[in-house]
Amino acid sequence: MTTATRIGLAVRAEGIRKEYGKRVVVDVDRVDIPAGQTLALLGPSGAGKSTLLAVLGLLERPDAGQVYLDDQPVNTKDAAARLQMAAAFQNPYLFKGTVADNVAYGLRLRKMPAAGRREAVAGTLERVGLAGWESRSALTLSGGEAQRVALARALVLKPRVLLLDEPLSSLDPLIKGRLMQDFARIIREEAMTTLYVTHDQNEAMAMGDTMVILRDGKPVACGLVDDVMGLPPDEWTACFIGSEAPLDGRVTGSVDGLMDIEVGGPVIHAAGSLEPGARVLAGVRPEDVLLFEGDAQIPRSTARNQLVGTVTEVQLQGVMYHLVVDVGGARIASRVSRASVRELQLEEGSEVQVVFKATAVRVRPHEDGHDG
Amino acid sequence: MPVLVEALVTAISMLFRGSTELWNVIFVTFEVAIISTIAGVVLGAPLGFVMGATRFRGRRTLIALTNTGMAVPPVVIGLVVMMLLSRQGPLGFLGLLYSVDAMAIAQTIISTPVIAGLTAAAVASVPYKLRLQARSLGASPIQEALLAMKEARLGVVAAVAAGFGAVVRGVGAVMMVGGNIEGKTRVLTTAIVQESRRGEFGTALAFGLILMTITFGLNGLITWYQHSHERLGRS
Repeated sequence: MTTATRIGLAVRAEGIRKEYGKRVVVDVDRVDIPAGQTLALLGPSGAGKSTLLAVLGLLERPDAGQVYLDDQPVNTKDAAARLQMAAAFQNPYLFKGTVADNVAYGLRLRKMPAAGRREAVAGTLERVGLAGWESRSALTLSGGEAQRVALARALVLKPRVLLLDEPLSSLDPLIKGRLMQDFARIIREEAMTTLYVTHDQNEAMAMGDTMVILRDGKPVACGLVDDVMGLPPDEWTACFIGSEAPLDGRVTGSVDGLMDIEVGGPVIHAAGSLEPGARVLAGVRPEDVLLFEGDAQIPRSTARNQLVGTVTEVQLQGVMYHLVVDVGGARIASRVSRASVRELQLEEGSEVQVVFKATAVRVRPHEDGHDG
Repeated sequence: MPVLVEALVTAISMLFRGSTELWNVIFVTFEVAIISTIAGVVLGAPLGFVMGATRFRGRRTLIALTNTGMAVPPVVIGLVVMMLLSRQGPLGFLGLLYSVDAMAIAQTIISTPVIAGLTAAAVASVPYKLRLQARSLGASPIQEALLAMKEARLGVVAAVAAGFGAVVRGVGAVMMVGGNIEGKTRVLTTAIVQESRRGEFGTALAFGLILMTITFGLNGLITWYQHSHERLGRS
């Protein structure tokens, strides 16, 4: 295994199975993290995300299956492979001692000379926004500071695979937002292969290039982040990521990269070039859907989809409302600000116009293919 | 009450006067306590680490046995060791009965489960994910174990102190295998028993005060160590 290049290693795992007692906590046929990319592993608590991270990171041995780094089979006893990886967890788990002691821990294990260690520690602390913090006690840091130290402790090793297990979930929203930006920037600059475990879809979208959603130890969706978030495969996944189940439809026309798709009653327009007659699943993220009053004059825009429907559900989710609109039998969700809900006097039964772009519609061929 | 005052006066004067016998008793007490504590650490600390940090078949049984070992009356341990070392016993050929070595063996059997049990509890309190964190940064199993011991060091120090305390305050075992021979195997606790039986309460109390001073000094040292590390942690 070479260390000449800094770019991350491709990680692949096949047939991974891990049991605790009689309970199967991970059962994954295959998972891929392309070199230099970030895979967001999303799922609710207890879905097996951290266990899968421990297996992929060679921290725990699976009961079955094989992990590969750049197509080379590796295991927990492969010290050379393990030294290519580093992790940071939800709880920073800083060791007793100073910030410098913590950041230098992995370097000491690698027997780096003291002068080189000092230089590497100083440089990495500067990178995570903690320049000059070497001599501070690690046990007196705030949550955000401790998490930066934990990231520095991993980054200083220049790992080719970085494992982050819910690193931001115990932080308050302000620090979380700032750290998320910093983490994303650093990971992209370092071009490391990264596995980012989270239960927060916003973090997953911000950090990931690709995404796997795990439920009860099994992947229920995987692919590019936009595709997975825009077109969840089933109702449970849709509910988990705050979306609606995909619409079952049929392509009725396809011209110049634009398709007409009949979804029950209404016809929606989507970017793509599937043949007419093809059965498809279509979905649109709630954030991409705008609502207007039923009789409002809609301003000119590039949005090709302008449908009329009735609000059937109004749910307050944090600072935003999640509304579901029935459009001729098709359920389309929208995220609307509190101010807009007040201004438009939106409630169950309100008639609204639903507007979204054709490019916002995610389309996937239905497994059953043509229906005639 | 006058008896108590008289005893106290005798004790203080004896302490200030000092005597060869007194210093000999103190020396033997320390000799036995230090040897059996070190042996208890050598045997008990690794056992405690294994019980606290790893999962294996029979672990619960081992923990239960260790906890039982912590509660076995010293006099029972003394009896067993005496039977083993007696002329008719399987180890009688060693000729160790009524010697400092015999006392150290019995006291080691007392200190080992105390040190092992408390070390196991201290190491078990180190979060598994902290060890996983060390592993993820490249730590080998031994480096991971050392880190866990380092993180649990205040608890491990307390375990060693408890082992020393169990040894230094024990009377039953050392009485049985040491024989309380003046100038040879007499220690502070057996001396207290001896002097009390003779009605020399002042002398017995003097030995008691010395024992308490040793215990207090040791606990003071441990408390200072723990507080200084807490301060270091916060500074």
